Amino acid sequence: MTVQSEPIKRKRRPFFLRRGPMENIATALIALGFLMLFQPFALVFYTWSLVTLLAGTVMFIVVSKFPE
Amino acid sequence: MSVINSDTTILEKEPERAATSRPASLARRIGGLSDRAIAWLFITPTIALLLAINIFPLIWAVRLSFTNYRANRPNAVVESVGLQNYQRVLTDSDIWIAMQTTAHFVFWTIVLQTLIGFSLAYLIDRKFRGHAFWTTVILIPMMLSPAVVGNFWRFLYQPQIGLFNYIVSYVTGVPPSSFEMLGSVSLAPWSIIIVDTWMWTPYVMLICLAGLRSIPDYIYEAAEVDRASAWRQFWSITIPMALPFIMLAVLFRGIENFKMFDMVMLLTGGGPGSTTEVASITLKREAFESWRTGRASAFAIILFVAVFGLANIYVKALNRVKQR
Repeated sequence: MTVQSEPIKRKRRPFFLRRGPMENIATALIALGFLMLFQPFALVFYTWSLVTLLAGTVMFIVVSKFPE
Repeated sequence: MSVINSDTTILEKEPERAATSRPASLARRIGGLSDRAIAWLFITPTIALLLAINIFPLIWAVRLSFTNYRANRPNAVVESVGLQNYQRVLTDSDIWIAMQTTAHFVFWTIVLQTLIGFSLAYLIDRKFRGHAFWTTVILIPMMLSPAVVGNFWRFLYQPQIGLFNYIVSYVTGVPPSSFEMLGSVSLAPWSIIIVDTWMWTPYVMLICLAGLRSIPDYIYEAAEVDRASAWRQFWSITIPMALPFIMLAVLFRGIENFKMFDMVMLLTGGGPGSTTEVASITLKREAFESWRTGRASAFAIILFVAVFGLANIYVKALNRVKQR
């Protein structure tokens, strides 16, 4: 009698707890905030650049601690 | 004979004994402290210094950025103003222009330093006759103090007696006193970019050279066997393998150039007008000429967040390149 072991099905983590995509979103936010801070086109982008940058940086620090 | 023999035996056994014997614990020798405690004892001064010089001023600046504190009125009542300082900095069009000037300066210095630095490293790596001498000569500007370099280049840029104007005149044919590098609105930003490139290209070259020297020869030999052209070898071996080093050099220079102050102050002082007023000069003016310490702190924190965020994505990109 042979016992065939079935592969354990791991429950996939929800999207907002996955490191890869969340890190990419954080990186995009930082890049966007950085461009907004130094762009020469509209003052309103410059005004909102810190919020975008800060959101991206804090998000990056948090999500980089998630497991792979 | 027997004496010699016994001496030889002792000498032979000495390294063996030294290897097998366990060293007396350092803790037993220093007043009964554990090894862990001794380790802490050694690193505590460094940590204390780091906290006092780096971390405490940072936390203090964050605190000041939410107040109306002025350093020239130390006895005045300090009141919390909430996010007002940040709001003012982020709606001030003069500071916005200073940010654009900084971006222009950082972009061009990095592009020029990376291109020239990598080209020089590639040439030096060829190991021609006297390459060690030329490496030292190229590294000299990097070793000079920015104060010396600033004064030195001010003389070079002098329209009447400056060597730079004479060289440009010799090459282009325009009279040397017909243009003024530091006094012209269009040329002043470029004069700073030229000096910074002259001074810091050797640094980029040094890092790129380390990257090029780390590429094993057998990879090129294998490419030769496969009849890969020199052009193909450069794009498929040299560039991908030196890329982490190039990126590291760009990161270091990028962070440094965002904080650029000394060279700009010595060469143009932010002028003519405010054409070369980079963010650090505006920051200094807010803090020590207008004495709006709270607002200057808010501005400093904004710059810090920008550089910190950029460094984060850059390190991520660097790790990806290394994993390839």
